[in-house]
Amino acid sequence: MTPILETRGLTAAYGQFKALFGIDLAVSPGECVAIIGANGAGKTTLMRSITGVLRNDPGMVLHRGEPIGDLPADQVMQRGIAMVPEGRKLFPSLSVEENLLIGGQVRRGGGRWSLDTIYQLFPILKDRRHSPGTALSGGQQQMVAIGRALMSNPELLLCDEVSLGLAPVVIRDIYAALPAIREAGAAVVIVEQDIARALSVADRVYCLMEGRVTLHAPAAEISREAIHAAYFGEPT
Amino acid sequence: MLSHASLPHAGGRMGRGGILPLCEVVAMIWLDVLVQGILLGGLYALFAAGLSLVFGIMRLVNLAHGDLIVFAAFLILVTVNLLGLNPFLSALIAAPVMFALGWALQRFVLNRVVGKDILPPLLITFGLSVALQNGMLEVFSADSQRIRAGALESASINLGVVTIGTLPLLTFGSAVLAIFILNRIFYTTAIGRAFRATSDDPVTASLMGINPRGVFAMATGLAMVIVTLAALYLGMRANFDPSIGPARLIYAFEAVIIGGLGSLWGTLAGGAIIGIAQTVGAQINPEWQILAGHLAFLAVLIIRPRGLFPRAVD
Ligand SMILES: Nc1ncnc2c1ncn2[C@@H]1O[C@H](COP(=O)(O)OP(=O)(O)O)[C@@H](O)[C@H]1O
Ligand SMILES: [Mg+2]
Repeated sequence: MTPILETRGLTAAYGQFKALFGIDLAVSPGECVAIIGANGAGKTTLMRSITGVLRNDPGMVLHRGEPIGDLPADQVMQRGIAMVPEGRKLFPSLSVEENLLIGGQVRRGGGRWSLDTIYQLFPILKDRRHSPGTALSGGQQQMVAIGRALMSNPELLLCDEVSLGLAPVVIRDIYAALPAIREAGAAVVIVEQDIARALSVADRVYCLMEGRVTLHAPAAEISREAIHAAYFGEPT
Repeated sequence: MLSHASLPHAGGRMGRGGILPLCEVVAMIWLDVLVQGILLGGLYALFAAGLSLVFGIMRLVNLAHGDLIVFAAFLILVTVNLLGLNPFLSALIAAPVMFALGWALQRFVLNRVVGKDILPPLLITFGLSVALQNGMLEVFSADSQRIRAGALESASINLGVVTIGTLPLLTFGSAVLAIFILNRIFYTTAIGRAFRATSDDPVTASLMGINPRGVFAMATGLAMVIVTLAALYLGMRANFDPSIGPARLIYAFEAVIIGGLGSLWGTLAGGAIIGIAQTVGAQINPEWQILAGHLAFLAVLIIRPRGLFPRAVD
């Protein structure tokens, strides 16, 4: 089966500084893939390269086998790849509901997700729908960011560190939405620093270190030692 | 005496003789000055609304704004002369042309320079300002022109207490309507939502499938429609020639800044304040008209450095 998303020898740089050195990665339809790695490993840079915020050679990123590495972010999104960016990035001038609506403004792929079903997924958002997005708690803002990305009914959802800075109970609430999201048909890539959490929800795991993939295996087969080595680069 | 004079009532005009009518005459003069000032402010708000819109969305200051108003006035004038249409219909024809010009200007020129550094757009639009002035001088000569509006030019409405010109009233009404519609677009439509989101964060907006460059081009196009409206009233109200753009830009700037960056109703209030200051200044001494407007601007800046209704955070 053609992967929904594939990167081939993906490189990225900020000016002279190289951040990614040839990343090979593939995500199949319906799959949940976790990307782990320490701070500064290049996870967010990888997300930026896939979504078109950073542009690459066309063949470095493939969507259903078609080269999209050089497309701008808006066109990548319109192909059905939606992003929950690191730090949530809600629009301060928009209410909660407007933040959700703008996620589905350009692309409304046929599928389960609409304002109503997002409010069923995260009921608290319905009560707060007229508040400015940025007036919410961190966890609620994260729910808005996820709902906003779902509004386009993406076939691939990319989540960059959704648990960053949140309390454990809040993280649990947010991860409780994952089964419904997968059930609706989306493949999911989660970038996560919480390794245990990543292993418990993902089918496969990639570990990044200093811009390279240092480990790639099915989540069920990974040992703690292997992760430790891949994460910190130390021999075990 | 003054406190009595500032409370005129309808009956006082007739019945009593002697000194009182004098007080009332003074009161009515000042009331008249105030009303004319507010109405003049409508024109300044029209000069400024497009500038305010573009600044609010992309933090871009277009130094050619005044020259674009003059250009639109010439466009309307040419349409009036060539097709023999009345000015309002001519403006209706000029508006989509100006929209297209604004769209293309943003898409093909200004989009290349918008970004974190504010200097390149200033240089480009300054260059555009000079080029426009010289181009218009070449094509239309330095002669002053006027868009003839027939009977409307001298028509007035007598409200008893004050008599107001139909044209200034129409100008003010158009300014209020334009700002009302812009606000509706901004706060209740999908394109307005995209305007606000892109203004907040263009990168995240692009992750929503929005093309920020397309949004910017739409915004500048829309601003040029307002510019056309401003040009219509500018051209019917007074003489214009290719050199007057920068002075209109100054009034527009002052109105935007008094109102608070990015607030459209604030821009209307800013226009009204400059208009009132100018008519009051002119009433005291005709030579003070322009100066009084600038002084009012400085006074507001001293009291409220961020303007009356600031919206933009930076
Ligand atoms: N905008 C940027 N400009 C320059 N360097 C950056 C920028 N963003 C990230 N980097 C650098 O790129 C590397 C990878 O960063 P990032 O992708 O954010 O890592 P992660 O998301 O895994 O924490 C780091 O060394 C970081 O300092
Ligand atoms: Mg990161």
